[in-house]
Amino acid sequence: MDTMASLQGLIGGVLIGLSAVWLMATLGRIAGISGILSGLLWERPAGDTAWRLAFLVGLISGPSLVMLAGGGAGNVVAEPGAVIGAPVGGVTTMLVAGLLVGLGTGIGSGCTSGHGVCGMARLSPRSLAATVTFVAVAMATVYVVRHFPGGTP
Amino acid sequence: MKTLPGYVAGLLFGLGLAIGGMTDPTRVIGFLDVAGDWDPTLIFVLGGAVMTTFIGYRLVWKRGVPWLAPRFALPTRRDLDARLLGGAALFGVGWGLSGYCPGPAVASLAGPSLPLVAMLVAMAAGWWLARRV
Repeated sequence: MDTMASLQGLIGGVLIGLSAVWLMATLGRIAGISGILSGLLWERPAGDTAWRLAFLVGLISGPSLVMLAGGGAGNVVAEPGAVIGAPVGGVTTMLVAGLLVGLGTGIGSGCTSGHGVCGMARLSPRSLAATVTFVAVAMATVYVVRHFPGGTP
Repeated sequence: MKTLPGYVAGLLFGLGLAIGGMTDPTRVIGFLDVAGDWDPTLIFVLGGAVMTTFIGYRLVWKRGVPWLAPRFALPTRRDLDARLLGGAALFGVGWGLSGYCPGPAVASLAGPSLPLVAMLVAMAAGWWLARRV
């Protein structure tokens, strides 16, 4: 096990938790990325759009600042210290995956942040069930892609 | 008034994803690949996030109301239904194929690539479609 990678994971996790607590303390909202951004794109409720746009800008500026700081605080497998890892597939794979992620998190009312972090912290039975389901299905998907005969190793 | 706290929340989230290694799909798939060379990093990210949020939420809820909104907006449903579990399963397939869930996918725009942009466009289309099925 890579101790440094795990430690960075823990620090990153605490920062994500602080983000969720901050958003609840100030705006009273769940820090669910799919809900915040799909609402920003396709709903734009009055008085509820500017903070979502600001959240989106902040979300992209986080990794940008780590890159600009240049201290090698990223945690990429192939290049220690780098911040953004390369996609694992081409455009076709990503189009299929993106559609499934959007459709699934839209229908299922949340993703890794809304269900996995905030919902689990609220001890919500729906979020626990959703999290177990998407983690198990994602593991099964990776198994099929990587380990079935004919899959890419 | 709500804009600055929204930005701070996004910034903290983006910093956490970057430092935790979640903006590297290889790390995420390394966690999901339980039959391969397993990478536990995601467990530390999720564990740190859930523990911090668990404690922090309870401190915040004790105040009764948020600072800049009239009330806490919390989901109240507790039942399991086909949309929740079916949606989570579809999401799981997409997550396993790409190693991107929505947060890391968007945050990775800090270092854009063509496959990433394709992922985000399709994800936005998926959100649109989900509002119509």
